[in-house]
Amino acid sequence: MFLSMNWISDFVDFTGLDKVDYIHKFSLATAEVENEIFFKGSDISGIVVAEIKSVEPHPDSKKLHLLKVDAGEAELTDVVCGAPNVRVGMKTAFAKVGAKIGEIEIAPRPLAGFMSCGMCCSEAEIGISDDNSGIMDITDDVANGTDLKDIYEIDDIIFEVDNKSLTNRPDLWGHYGIAREFAALTGRPLKPLDTADLEAYNALQKVDMKIEDPLCQRYSCLQVENIKRSVSPVNMRIRLFYCGMRGINFLADLTNYLMLEMGQPMHAFDSRKVGKIRIKRFDQPFVFRTLDGVDRKIDENTLMICNDNTPVAIAGIMGGLDSEIVEDTTTLTLESATFDAASIRKSTVRLAHRTDASMRYEKSLDPEMTVPAIARFLYLLQQYDGGVQVVSALTDEYAYHYPQVDLTFDKAFVDRYTGIEISSDTIVKTLESLGFAVSLNGDDFDVKVPSWRATKDVTMKADIIEEITRIYGYDNFDINTTRSPLYPVREDAVKSNEDKIKDILVKRYNLHEVHSYVWAYADEQKALGIPVEENIKLANATNPNIETIRRTMIPTQLCQVKTNVGYAPEFGIFEIGRVVEGVDSDNLCIEHKKLAVTLYSKTADIRDLYFRLRDMLAVIADDLKHLPLDYRTAEPAHSYEHPVNLNTVLLDGKTIGTLGIVHPVVSRKIDKKSSIVFAEIDMDAFASVKNASISYEEPSKFPPMDYDISVIVPTGVFFRDLKKCWENEGGGILKSTRIVDTYDTEHFHSVTIRFEFSSAERTLSSGEVQEIMNRVIENLKAIDVNLR
Amino acid sequence: MDKRIDILKEEIKKKLNTTTDLAELDRVRVAMLGKKGAITALLKGMKDLNGEERKTFGAEVNRLKAYAAEKIDAKVNELNEKAIEIEIGLMPVFDVTTPPALERGSYHPITLSQRQCEAVFRSMGFTVEDYPEVVTDYECFESVNIPKHHPARDMQDTYYLENGQLLKSQTSAAQNAILRKYGKNLIENGVPIKAIFPGRCFRNEATDACHENTFFQMEGMMVDKDISISNLIYFMKTMLSEVFRRDIKVRLRPGFFPFVEPGFELDINCEICGGAGCPSCKHSGWLELCPCGMIHPNVLREGGIDPDKYTGFAFGLGLTRLAMMKYGVKDIRDLNSGNLKSLSQFTDDEN
Repeated sequence: MFLSMNWISDFVDFTGLDKVDYIHKFSLATAEVENEIFFKGSDISGIVVAEIKSVEPHPDSKKLHLLKVDAGEAELTDVVCGAPNVRVGMKTAFAKVGAKIGEIEIAPRPLAGFMSCGMCCSEAEIGISDDNSGIMDITDDVANGTDLKDIYEIDDIIFEVDNKSLTNRPDLWGHYGIAREFAALTGRPLKPLDTADLEAYNALQKVDMKIEDPLCQRYSCLQVENIKRSVSPVNMRIRLFYCGMRGINFLADLTNYLMLEMGQPMHAFDSRKVGKIRIKRFDQPFVFRTLDGVDRKIDENTLMICNDNTPVAIAGIMGGLDSEIVEDTTTLTLESATFDAASIRKSTVRLAHRTDASMRYEKSLDPEMTVPAIARFLYLLQQYDGGVQVVSALTDEYAYHYPQVDLTFDKAFVDRYTGIEISSDTIVKTLESLGFAVSLNGDDFDVKVPSWRATKDVTMKADIIEEITRIYGYDNFDINTTRSPLYPVREDAVKSNEDKIKDILVKRYNLHEVHSYVWAYADEQKALGIPVEENIKLANATNPNIETIRRTMIPTQLCQVKTNVGYAPEFGIFEIGRVVEGVDSDNLCIEHKKLAVTLYSKTADIRDLYFRLRDMLAVIADDLKHLPLDYRTAEPAHSYEHPVNLNTVLLDGKTIGTLGIVHPVVSRKIDKKSSIVFAEIDMDAFASVKNASISYEEPSKFPPMDYDISVIVPTGVFFRDLKKCWENEGGGILKSTRIVDTYDTEHFHSVTIRFEFSSAERTLSSGEVQEIMNRVIENLKAIDVNLR
Repeated sequence: MDKRIDILKEEIKKKLNTTTDLAELDRVRVAMLGKKGAITALLKGMKDLNGEERKTFGAEVNRLKAYAAEKIDAKVNELNEKAIEIEIGLMPVFDVTTPPALERGSYHPITLSQRQCEAVFRSMGFTVEDYPEVVTDYECFESVNIPKHHPARDMQDTYYLENGQLLKSQTSAAQNAILRKYGKNLIENGVPIKAIFPGRCFRNEATDACHENTFFQMEGMMVDKDISISNLIYFMKTMLSEVFRRDIKVRLRPGFFPFVEPGFELDINCEICGGAGCPSCKHSGWLELCPCGMIHPNVLREGGIDPDKYTGFAFGLGLTRLAMMKYGVKDIRDLNSGNLKSLSQFTDDEN
């Protein structure tokens, strides 16, 4: 919304004050002002009123005329002018030699063979309207040679307030409300609005009007006739134009002017079409043509203004074409009303039509404003058109009163909330300057909230704090730390696991952390042959590619692997993100936080790559939990899973995730010659396993003894099967086992296992070790694992 | 004097002069001083001598023995030194200036920014809270004073799911749960609620270089008796100075957010132009950074906390925006692209 400092200055005296400075203060105290402030008229000088004394056609041009104008100087001035509307006796805006319009300085110059010593200007050229159809037609009675700036408000400071920052302030949608803020900021009084005395017409007949729907809070109207004026006063047009509105005609301009001044939208009906005003909704939908000529579908929720049963306007949004003021309108009915804000908002959404009026109504306008708005309207009307006659009494139905908001609080409340000392005197002055009625009794405040702040904005004590502090100025606050006691803070297990896992994967394994979206990438997955798995969908997705929430992060990650083919012959990526695994019995999403890791390599053998990933997981489990992982062969559940080597990962007996190879159908689409493995770990399941403490063992003072055996392991026998052969045979001296070598031929798979024995109490004898090993070898034989 | 001593002495001299390696030297030592060595043999032979002779001869042999040991040790040292000299001479000079092998992993830039923020808040006693991404209407809106039909719902284009839940449009969705989680401890034991809750948020809007439908925020709040606006400004200024590692100037303007009252828009002084005005700060010298305010009484009440007894402040930081500002990321879409050409650059960042 654009605001004019001239307009605001009608109500607040800025004498001796820097207006721009106060615009900045307003931005800090009330609502955000856009950075660019416009100094209207600052690039214009030397434009005077001049009268056209003679008009001669140009001998060689149909468009051009040769004028002699009286610019208030001793001699007439010769001007060559191309405007179509020149006529003798017309007064216009004239840029004299030496005048400046923007970057241009007017100088005498030959034009089509004749000297032109100045320029007649259009309103657009001076920047006071967008009318460029001809030169300005000045109808006011002013002396030739008068500087235009002396009679018209061409110089103005215009600033723009972000509409969003006014969402909660219905009172700030007009200059008068804004002026109240400036009054509070400057500490100067807010001048009252000049209004007409409506009581004078009480004896006249009332308008036939009735509110038939609770969505209309108040409806006030008045009939007037004999409006002769059709063109608005120049200053009014300038203000409207500077504030972003086009001039239309006097009556339309005046309703707009009033809306920009008081924030109250008004509408004028042709009284012939609207004799019996009824405000209601219709049971059946119908089509209604608004004054912009558009047919709009009206449903049963949209409040309408009607002439008896004929709709004439969409309440609070726009008038109808049929009831508009037309040329032969003699009597008109002025509407000033308030409607339920939520209803207007919903209607604008349904109609997809937002207007200056509806924008204001959506904010919950003050119903107290309807009658003063009519009084102000009439005052201005009478000012500018002396012949106007009021032909009805003020007709007003006030159906819904907002409750009066009274708040009580004490000084201690303010002190506690602000944390600084603001004197009672300052509090009273501030609130009063904003229109609050305050009575102070000792330390107790009783505050009556003014009607224009009581529709939704100020409802409780905390709201008063804002009023006091914003005018006091946040820049003036002393800033202090709290006096809260200190207590230890314990970190959440999931969060702490997450940080450590990231460190391990990045620092130890050189993986790259990525982020992705929470929905399946339909198109990208299709290209990789991974159908989107059935799952809960977004209800209002605008793009079908991102409709279904993902069940697993692996497809997303494979899409990202595809993106990075060519980045390096080998890389690994990971993400800790979310998936949804359907809904539970309460129809709520089952959300899980997952760690997904994918390794890609053009060079590594698939087996090596697989074990690299397995070891990463093992290191994570060992680092964070001091526990080993276990694996259980799994059946593929997703299309991207290779059926072989797919494992469920277990920690402390609990399923925490999956480790596998990417199915060749998919991996070939990513890159024909590459190996890709993946793992997905449930972070909550992982975090829920309590970590084992480090079990420290005193280093033995006696020499250890190693015993290596090489065995041939038949297909289908796993190391965990071998382990069972010595698990119960160690006799307290077998400390660890590890594979020190593997040897494969076409016929067999052989491993060399090192058994490490040691005792804290004595030097071991080869006899006792041999005895254990004999039993182990026997056990191995029993499962068909023989020495090589 | 026994001639044998002189002969042996000469022999030792001669041998040591010609010996060039440690193994040969060891053989000399054994031949002289070993159990069956020549000098040891002399000592053994002393038992045949009488008292006086034995005393004189013994002293002579012992001198010889000491002489032999000393010379051999000296020769060992000499040979060792020579060997080390040779070893040193064999060491080639390395080119330390060749490019290092820097292959490393990388963190997502959001992780880096988030960690820096978390560290600052942890140092001031805040807990870091995690919260789901799919939430209910109550969590995201109702509980934080955004009832149905509130215009604020229009300000955020929310992604709704088929079951009526939604992808959280703001981290505030966690506020109610956190108030409830720690409220009891506040009321019964006087432990203030100090929490930050970073998280991924979603808005149903078209994406371009500046707009994403998926982004990170970090919200924080503190609730206790007597928490004031003055405290809020202090915390924001202190924390942001730590986050940005410079003395930040903050400016508060009124801002309308349903979950706070009063609500503020917090600006920080623009570092790029130092306040003089530049394109980054739209020539105002200030950067709009985060919304904040005193927690709305309705939000506290809904969280089971009596707003007449307790007050609190809350603030929201755009983590995504912070990371973009910090690292000069121009296109927000790079962050979710998974593109390693861009992401692999964020190896770590201690600052």
